[in-house]
Amino acid sequence: MISLSHYLTLGAILFSLAVVGIFLNRKNVIILLMSIELMLLSVNFNFIAFSHFRDDPAGQIFVFFILTVAAAEAAIGLAILVVLFRNRSTINVADLNELKG
Amino acid sequence: MTFEHLIFYLFSAIVVFSAFRVITVNNPVFAAMFLVLTFFTSAAIWLLLEAEFLAITLVLVYVGAVMVLFLFVVMMLDVNTVTEKEGFVKYLPVGLLVGAVVLIEMVFLITQRYFRDDAFPIPERQAEIGYSNTETLGRVLYDQYLFQFEIAAVILLVAIVAAIALTMRRRPDTKYQTPARQVAASKAGRLRINEVAATARVTRAGTRTEDGK
Repeated sequence: MISLSHYLTLGAILFSLAVVGIFLNRKNVIILLMSIELMLLSVNFNFIAFSHFRDDPAGQIFVFFILTVAAAEAAIGLAILVVLFRNRSTINVADLNELKG
Repeated sequence: MTFEHLIFYLFSAIVVFSAFRVITVNNPVFAAMFLVLTFFTSAAIWLLLEAEFLAITLVLVYVGAVMVLFLFVVMMLDVNTVTEKEGFVKYLPVGLLVGAVVLIEMVFLITQRYFRDDAFPIPERQAEIGYSNTETLGRVLYDQYLFQFEIAAVILLVAIVAAIALTMRRRPDTKYQTPARQVAASKAGRLRINEVAATARVTRAGTRTEDGK
């Protein structure tokens, strides 16, 4: 049977892939947002795995709330992105340096 | 190697492959599509963990709403996909280094130290004894976590308001209706009765002569 460490390792692999994605995709804010979604997904993996192996539904409740917050975050992030593209005509992170001191 | 192992490893391979493609593919539309594949396969793995309600929620909320929103924005923004990857090779070594360090640390902790199989024995399958995941979640959510549930609803409301307030814009050259003024309209503001002296006299067919001028 599949043990807890299998699921946790899968979550760890997903999380580190998302970290690498944040490093690699400096040119595209959309893929940065997608990497954040991947991170949240890997955290959800851990919560559900622990919830299953400890027989405690509180972990799944927490995943429910994470999904809520992630949906809100994606909506606001994409709204900011649309406003950004409307004003600057770019989503390149390197070009967004107006706040540089 | 049971059938369950086979399913787990197959779906895990799909998850890892599609997550890898999300961060390496050139076209943001393909990245969104691979993210959809990642979410779908993750939902299948959550079914293995007997979290049926959350698996369906993931498909409905994420694939159905959030990823459609992503695709909508990706297709709305006219992003030049050729030049977007210029820093890829430059940041590849440091990215791989940090990712490898994170992965090795976490896997070491998971497999060697704390989460050994004897500390977390594999639970019995609960589907045979009439266990309903949705019912359990509903009872816990509406009993113990009702306040947090309301807070989550408020967070969603704030997100709606913020997203609309951020993206709404007024073009000065476009004509708009103002619903507040339409509702507040009254007879006194719209209707003006002119008192006209009824002194026009018809002399012949079709022609009038104005008196009083």
